[in-house]
Amino acid sequence: MTFLTSLKQATAALALIGLASSPALADIKIGASLSQTGPASFLGDPEAKTLKMLVDEINAKGGIKGEKIELVMYDDAGDANNARTFATRLIEDDEVVAVIGGTTTGTTMSMIPVMEEAEVPFISLAGAVVIIDPVKKWVFKTPHTDKMACAKIFGDLKARGLTKIGLISGTGGFEMSMREQCLKLAPEFGMEIVADESYGPKDADMTPQLTKIAGVAGLQAVVNPGFGQGPAIVTRNFRQLNIQVPLYQSHGVASKSFIELAGAAAEGVRLPAAALLVADKLPDNDPQKPVVVGYRDAYQKATGAQVSTFGGHAYDAFMILTEAIERAGSAEPAAIRDEIEKTKGYVGTGGIVNMTADDHMGLDLSAFRMLEIKDGDWTIVE
Amino acid sequence: MSDLLQFVFSGLTVGAVYALVALGFTIIYNASDVVNFSQGEFVMLGGMSTVFLSAAGVPLPAAAILAVVITALVGVALNKFAIEPARNASVVTIIIITIGASIFLRGVAQIVFDKQLHRFESFSGDVPIEILGATILPQSVWVIFGAAVIFTGLYLFFTRTLTGKAVLATANNRLAARLVGINTNFIMTLSFALSAAIGAVAGVLVTPITLTSYDIGIALALKGFAAAMLGGMGNPFGALVGGLVVGLIEALTAGYISSTYKDAAAFIVILAVLFVMPSGLFGRAAVNRV
Amino acid sequence: MKNLSPKSITLLALVALVLVAPLFFPSSFYYRVGTLMFINGLAVTGLVILIGYAGQISLGHAGFCGIGAYACALAPVHLGLPPVVAMLLGAIISGALAYLVGRPILRLKGHYLAVATLGFGILIFMVLSNESWLTGGPDGMQVEDLGLRDLLKSLGLSVPAAQVWYWFSGLVLLLGALLALNLHTSSTGRALRALHDSEIAARTVGVDVAHFKLMAFVISAVYASISGSLLAMMNKFVSPDIAGFLHSVQMVTMTVLGGAGSVFGAITGASILTALPQGLTVFHDYEHIVLGLIMMLVMIFLREGLVPSLIKRFSRRQG
Repeated sequence: MTFLTSLKQATAALALIGLASSPALADIKIGASLSQTGPASFLGDPEAKTLKMLVDEINAKGGIKGEKIELVMYDDAGDANNARTFATRLIEDDEVVAVIGGTTTGTTMSMIPVMEEAEVPFISLAGAVVIIDPVKKWVFKTPHTDKMACAKIFGDLKARGLTKIGLISGTGGFEMSMREQCLKLAPEFGMEIVADESYGPKDADMTPQLTKIAGVAGLQAVVNPGFGQGPAIVTRNFRQLNIQVPLYQSHGVASKSFIELAGAAAEGVRLPAAALLVADKLPDNDPQKPVVVGYRDAYQKATGAQVSTFGGHAYDAFMILTEAIERAGSAEPAAIRDEIEKTKGYVGTGGIVNMTADDHMGLDLSAFRMLEIKDGDWTIVE
Repeated sequence: MSDLLQFVFSGLTVGAVYALVALGFTIIYNASDVVNFSQGEFVMLGGMSTVFLSAAGVPLPAAAILAVVITALVGVALNKFAIEPARNASVVTIIIITIGASIFLRGVAQIVFDKQLHRFESFSGDVPIEILGATILPQSVWVIFGAAVIFTGLYLFFTRTLTGKAVLATANNRLAARLVGINTNFIMTLSFALSAAIGAVAGVLVTPITLTSYDIGIALALKGFAAAMLGGMGNPFGALVGGLVVGLIEALTAGYISSTYKDAAAFIVILAVLFVMPSGLFGRAAVNRV
Repeated sequence: MKNLSPKSITLLALVALVLVAPLFFPSSFYYRVGTLMFINGLAVTGLVILIGYAGQISLGHAGFCGIGAYACALAPVHLGLPPVVAMLLGAIISGALAYLVGRPILRLKGHYLAVATLGFGILIFMVLSNESWLTGGPDGMQVEDLGLRDLLKSLGLSVPAAQVWYWFSGLVLLLGALLALNLHTSSTGRALRALHDSEIAARTVGVDVAHFKLMAFVISAVYASISGSLLAMMNKFVSPDIAGFLHSVQMVTMTVLGGAGSVFGAITGASILTALPQGLTVFHDYEHIVLGLIMMLVMIFLREGLVPSLIKRFSRRQG
C-alpha cells in the first residue's frame, strides 16, 4: 500500500513538474453530471446534447489556444446519491478542472460539498436560489432563479390589475421550489393566493384541481409552476373547463414543443421566458439576437429537435467556462474560478451575465421576457 | 353537483387506463402466474410507435394498428426469450426478470425513439362535450368506450370461444389443462400477445390526453399493479373495478380533500381493503400448496 | 478450510475483502464506491433475513431507509441529538413502525404482500416529499456528519473522509453480517427457514408463524434504516429518492440477483449492482439496455442467484 501510494505521489509530482515547465495549457478535461434519464430527462437531455455539440464545435476549431477539450459526462438519472458518486468520480478519478451540471436542484445540492472540498469550479444548471444564496466560493449557476420567474409573473399581473391568484403546481423539485418562492413573494406584490393545488409528475388529468380553483369566488388569474407534460395537460384541462381568467405558465415551459403539445388550448397563455424562445422576434439591435439565433440554428441542425431554454443553460455554462479558461490562460481550477467570477457582459441565451463576488449568477429581471402565445406562436408582451 | 360530475369524469378517464393496464397484468398472471412489471412499457410502446410511425408518413389509423401489432410481437418475444426459459423459477426471480425487461425496453425506446414528449391529434377533435354543467373531452369518451369494448370482447372470448375457455382452463390448473390436450405453451404466447396488445391500445387511446414519452411505463405499471391487486389478481372483472376505483378515489380526493395526497389516498384504500379481504375485492381465496 | 463452517467462511471472506480491496484502489473515488457497496450490502443483509430466511417479499423497504436517513437529518437540528443517537432513534422508529404495520401486512401472501409493502413505501415517500416545511421537499436537505473524522483527528489521526467512511461502513457491515449469520444458525433461524419452506408445515409443528414473520420484518427494517442513516451522513445530504419505489426495487434486485438465501450472495449482489453502473458508463446511451439484459440473463440462467447457483455448479463438477 505504501509502495503504491509513493508511486502515485511520484507520478503526481512528475506531472506537476511537467505543468510548471510548460507555460502552455495542459489537457483540458471538463466534467459533467446531468440527468439524461429519469424524471428530469426532459431537462437533462437537451443539456447533454448541447454540451456534446459545443465540445465538437470548439475542438473542430482547434480547441482553446490549441488545447483540445475533453468532456467526461455521466448520467445521474436525477438521483442525488448517483450525482454525488459521479461528482466524486469526476474529481478524484477523472481529475477534471471544472464541472458543469446538476440538472436539478437536488442533484446540484448533493454535488456542492464535493466541489467545495476539492476546490473545483462548478456551474449548476438548476433553478433554485439556494444554490447561490448564500454564495459558495466554487459554485455558480446559469439559469434564472424561480424567484425571478415569480417576480416577473407577479409584476405582469400587477400591471394588469389582477391580484387574486390560484396556484396549481407539480410535486417535483422544480415546481415545489417555485411554488414556495411564489408564496413568499406574493405579499410583496400585493398578491393574494386564493387557491393552492398540486398534481403528480405523471398525472393524466388535472380537471379536479382546476374545478376546485375555478370555484373560488373572485379568482382573477391562475399560475402553473411546472415542466414536462404537466403544463400542457393543465392548459388543455383549463380550456376544457372554460375557465375565463388569464393562465400563466412558468419558465419551465421552455420550448416550442409546449405549443405543439397543448395545441389550440395554448392560445393566450403567458409565461416568462428567456430570449432564446423568441430568437426571430427580437429586434435586430438586441445584443442577444446573434447569440440565440446562432445557438438555436446550430442545435436544431445537430439534433433535429426543437431548441429549449434548458439546453440554453448548458450553452451559457459552457461558454462562460471556456471563456474563463481562455482568459485565465491556464487550466488550473483556482485560476478558472477567479475568471468565472469576473465574467462581465457575457451575452448568453439566458440574458447578459455580470458576475461578482456576491452574485454567482449575474442575471437580473431584464433577462426574462414576458411572452404570450398567439396564433400558435410566441409574441413578446411589451 | 356539476363539480362532482366533473370529478367522476376525470376519475373514469384515468381509471379506464388503470383498468386496461390491470387487465394486462391479469391476463398474463392467469396464464403463467407471472406478474409482469414491464406491462407499463407496452402502453409506452403503443403510444410511441404510433407517434413515430405517423411522423414517418403512415396515416394515423394504420400507424395505430401497426403499433399494436408491433407491441404484441414484443410481448411474444418477451415470453419466448425471458419468461419461458425461466419456467418454474420462484416468484421473486420472475419479478426481477420482468423488471429487467422493463429497464431493457425503456433503454431501447430512448434510442429508437427519443426522450421528448409526444402527442398526436385527438380522434374526434378537442371540443369539450357538456353534460349537466360538467365537461368531458371527446378523447376521454374514446378511452372509456375503448376500455368497455375491450372488456366486453374479452368476456365473450373467454366464455364463448374454445381458445378462450382453454385460457381459463390453463389459468385454473396448468397440469390438468395439459392433460386434456391444451397446448399450454400456445396459451402463454397468446396471453402475452393479448396483454401487450391491450397495453398498446391503451397507449394509443390515451396519448392525445396524457402525452407520451419513453418513461411513462413505470408510473402506469405501479398504478395498474395496485389496481389489479385491489380487484383481486387473476380476475378480469376485478381489474376493471380495481382500475376504476383507483381512478375515482384519486379524482375525488383531489377534488374534495387534498390534491397533494390523492395518490396516498388510493394506496390507503388499497391497504385497508387488503387488510379486510386479503385476496382483493374479487380474488380467489389463496390456495395453500403444501 | 474443510473444518470451517459456512458462517466462518463468509465472515473471513468479508474481512479479507474489506481489508484487501483498498490495495487496488487507484483513487479515493474507489473508497466511495466501496462504501456504497458496504452500505447497500447492509440493507440487503436485512432483506436476506426477510426474503431468504422467512420467504416474505417487500417492495417498500426503502421507506425504512428514508426514516433512518431523515432521522439523521432532522433529529440533530430539531432535537439537538448527536448524529449517532439520531441514527439509533431512526432505527427504533423504523423497528416500531415495522412492528405496527407488519402485523396486518404480513397476513397477506405473495403478490398481495408485495403491493401492500409497495403502498406502505410510497406513503412514506410522499410524506417526505410533500412536507417540505420539515424535509425540504423533493430538493432534499443537508445532513450533519457523523463526526468520526473529527474524533480521529482529536486522537491525532488525520484520515481522509472517504477512507473514514470506508472503514467504518465496512465494520458496520461485518457486524450486520455476523448478527444475520448467527440468527441463521439459531433456533429462530431454523423456525424462519421452516416457515420459508412451508408455512403450513411450520405451523403444524408448532412454530408461531406470525411471530417469526413479524420478527424478520422488524429486523430487516432496522437494517434498512441504519443503511439509510449511513448513506445520508456520508453524503451529508438526503433527498426523498432514498425512500422511493426504485430504491426498494433496487434493494430486492441486489438481494435476489446475488442469492437471497445467503448473506454472502446478497452482499455480492449488492456489490455488483453498485459497481455495475460505474462500469456501464462506457456504454453511454446503451447503459440501460445492458443493465436490463444482465438482470434478465443472470436470473434466467442462475435463478437461485449468482453465488448459490455458481457454488452448486462448481461443487457438482468437483463431486
